[in-house]
Formats: sequence, C-alpha cells, structure tokens
Amino acid sequence: MTWAQSFDATWALMRRAANEIMRVPGAAIPGVLAPTIFYLGLTSVFGALSNLQGFPAPFKDWMIAVSMLQGAGFTGAATGVNLARDIEQGWFDRLLVSPAPRPVLLAGLVLSAALRSLIPATFLLVVGFAIGVQWPGVDGLLIALVVVMGMGTVAACWGTTLALKYRSQSAAPLMQAGMLLLVLTTTAYAPLDLLTGWLQTVAKYNPVTQILEAARQGFIGSVTWADTWPGLLCLAGLLALLSALALRGMRRTGI
Amino acid sequence: MTRTDLRVIAALGARSVKQTFRRPQLLAPIVVFPSILLAIQTAGAGQAVNLPGFPPVNSFLDFMLAGAMIQSTLLAGNSGGIALAVDIEMGFTDRLLAAPISRFGMVLGRLAGTAALSFLAGIWFLVIGLIFGAQINEGVPGAIVMMVLVTLSGLAFGGIGAAVALRTGRASVVQGLFPLVFVILFLSSAFFPQDLLTGPAATIAQYNPLSFIVEGIRDPVISSLTWEVFGKAIASLVLVGAIGIALSSLALRRRLRMGG
Repeated sequence: MTWAQSFDATWALMRRAANEIMRVPGAAIPGVLAPTIFYLGLTSVFGALSNLQGFPAPFKDWMIAVSMLQGAGFTGAATGVNLARDIEQGWFDRLLVSPAPRPVLLAGLVLSAALRSLIPATFLLVVGFAIGVQWPGVDGLLIALVVVMGMGTVAACWGTTLALKYRSQSAAPLMQAGMLLLVLTTTAYAPLDLLTGWLQTVAKYNPVTQILEAARQGFIGSVTWADTWPGLLCLAGLLALLSALALRGMRRTGI
Repeated sequence: MTRTDLRVIAALGARSVKQTFRRPQLLAPIVVFPSILLAIQTAGAGQAVNLPGFPPVNSFLDFMLAGAMIQSTLLAGNSGGIALAVDIEMGFTDRLLAAPISRFGMVLGRLAGTAALSFLAGIWFLVIGLIFGAQINEGVPGAIVMMVLVTLSGLAFGGIGAAVALRTGRASVVQGLFPLVFVILFLSSAFFPQDLLTGPAATIAQYNPLSFIVEGIRDPVISSLTWEVFGKAIASLVLVGAIGIALSSLALRRRLRMGG
C-alpha cells in the first residue's frame, strides 16, 4: 500500500469509530458520565484535604486533570472492548484479509480513541469551569488536551493488546482496571509529600505522575517548560512501549 | 415457606455464586475495583486523619474499611441484577417460570446468592484489612456484627438490582445503574467523616440511609459498639430491603401478567 492508501484506510477506520458515536450516542455516556461523577464525588468527599498543610491548591483544581486522564483511560479501554466485540463477531477477520497492513489497522483504532477522549475531557472542563476551576490559560489548556489525547492513545493500545490476546469482551475489567491503576497510583489525590506508605514510592516512579503534573500545571499555577517536558517525554515513552506491544499482538494475529 | 422452596432458594443461590466466579466481568466490580480504590485512597488520602474534626482512629485504613465493604455490597447488588437480567434475556427465567416452583423463591434465590457474595466480599476486606494493619476495636464480636450488616446489605441492595432487572429485562439497563452506585456512595459518609464533607454532599449524607448503614459497619472498628448506631443501621437496611422487595414483587407480577 502507498502512503496515501494507508492514510485513506486509517481515515476510514476512524470514521467508522466516529459513526458509532453518531449512531449510538448512548455508548459514549458511560465514558463521559463515570469520570464526571468521580470528579464531582471525589471533590465533595475529599475536598477538605486541601486544608492540609502543604496542599498547593483547592481540591477541585487539583482533581480536574486526574479526571480528564481517567476519562481518556475509560475511552481507550472502550476501544479495546469494541475490538474484542469485533473479534467475537468476525468483523475483525474481514479487516485482516483486507490489503491494509497491520500498523494501519492499529493506527485507525488508536487515533479514533485519541479523538474520542476529547469528549469526556471537554465535558469535564465545562463542569469544572462551572464550579469555579481556575482557568489554565491557553497554553495550559492546550498541553492538558494534548496529554489527554496521548493518554487516550496509550489506553487504546493497552486495550487493543488485551483484546488481541484474550479475544473476548470478558477481558474488559482488565482493560479498565489497568488504566485506573496507572492513573490513580500517581499524585492523583495529593502532592507526593502528602502521600503515605507504598503509594509515595510507586507514585515517584510511575511515569504517569509526570504526565499528570504536565496536564495539571495550568489549573494549579503557571505553565513552565520544566513541568512540561518530563510529562511529554514519559508520554512518548509509554506510547512507544504500548504501541509496540499492540503492534506485536496485531502481527501475531492470524486468520 | 416449604422445604422445597428452601431447596430451590439454596440451589439458585449456589448457581448465582458459581456464575459470578466464572465471569470475571461480574466478579471484578465486587472485589477488584473496591480493593484497588481501598488501597489507593488509604495511601492517597491517609493524611486526612490529621485534619481537625477527623474522628480518632488508629489509621485511615480503619476508617475506610467499612466504605470498601459497602461499596462492594452495592456493586454486588448491581452485578446480581445484571446476572438476573441476562437470565431473562437468555430465556432461563422463562424455564424457571414453567417449573413447579414458587415465583418468589426464584427472586429470593438470586438475592441469597448476592447476600452470600457480599458475605464473602466482607470476609475478603476484613482479611486484607487485618493483614495491612487494621484494628477492630470490638474484636471478634465486632467483626461478627460487621459481617451480619454486610450480608444484610447485599440482600437489601440486591433487591433493588433485582427489581430493575425484572422490570426492564435488559442487562444493559441494569449495567447503566453502575454510575448511580457511585453517586449514592459519594453522597454518604462511606469514604469520609460526615462533618468534613463539602458542598451538597454534606447535607445529603445526613439523610442518606447508606450513611447509617456504613456507620453501623464502621462503629465496631473505630469505636465501641452502640445499640443506637446498630439500630439505625438495621432500620435503614429494613427500609432499603422493603423497598427492593416491594419493587421486585411488583415487577415480577407485571412480567407474569404481560407474559415476559
């Protein structure tokens, strides 16, 4: 296939995913509703944590980026579940016998997830600004949205890898739990110094901590390059690792 | 209730437990997600015990244990409803209706399964709590009270899940209640002391029956067992259970009248 043909095939797969949203709008609701409920709920429940000495911002500002990444995680995991459904129903076999190379098939799946992850993020931002979340500035907002799309892609690669391995929608909890763990074992609830026990150590080495800090910086203070590049670097590393795993799964999938 | 009814309830309850252990998508919400949240929230918000107004506790884990248990029983109720709806979709319920067994026994069998799963989940959280340093102030009698309340919670919340399943007959609708479970949880004192909640949650939690139930489970862990707290928990469970059973009966009657 030429580059132009590959691009056309990727675009067609992305449009198929977009059609699903237009035809079954209800399918997008859990991905939007769940992170919003978590955001509003956790803000109400743990809001008093911002009274702790050393907590740098109101809890609603602190949590908004966490929930945006959670939304991206749910959206990406949903891509894995949809792929498992396509495998169960035989649709994916038809894609495999098409002349489209495996990387093109993967690109169509994960890029659509990157775009879809903007839906919960936008909804969360609207809700957040309505309850008084700090405006992150255009640069802070753009960085947050780029990070959200990146995490949506990471989650889609994770979901795709599991869908290709287990070939069943029963693997859905594993897809969701994996992303939930990755996002929440960070400085999600409190700054590193205020975390306790094992989480402090795990959060220190979890690359998503840097990614989260990059997305969060505009909401709790000013945007700096020093807070941005580690996040982008970790995101690129995660993307490289998980897309390699997903591609390996694709290449091993026979018909 | 005859001996045959009891055998039917026991058989359907055992089937329900086995079904959950065979399907990871039913087991994950009951055990995996609450365990993940318990571990992360305990370490992530552990410094909360230093906030002025936080009740005296040995650790934040002691406080959170009851929240994790109640979250698990709520999700067990939801999972039980999903499994019942799947039975309706697949025609299994129709076959039961054609069998010479009590209609009510069919629903009670499912609820018995949900209660058993809640009990097992309660044991799971108690064990991991103790392993990671939780202390039950009231010792073994306190732990028994906790398990009784957790099991009854499963029965009560299972009734609500069963009612929705019987009314709609669609697993996707019952599954749609999943986010609602978290709304109810966040609007109670399941994860944080009532006095430290902020916004509307602080007001709603005062009247949410779930707050009374969770306080009943938490009481033996962080303080001494009192009849007042235990009584309020039982009264709340009776209220939720009565609503669930009444709605389930109405939905079952409607289903029988309409012919499925």
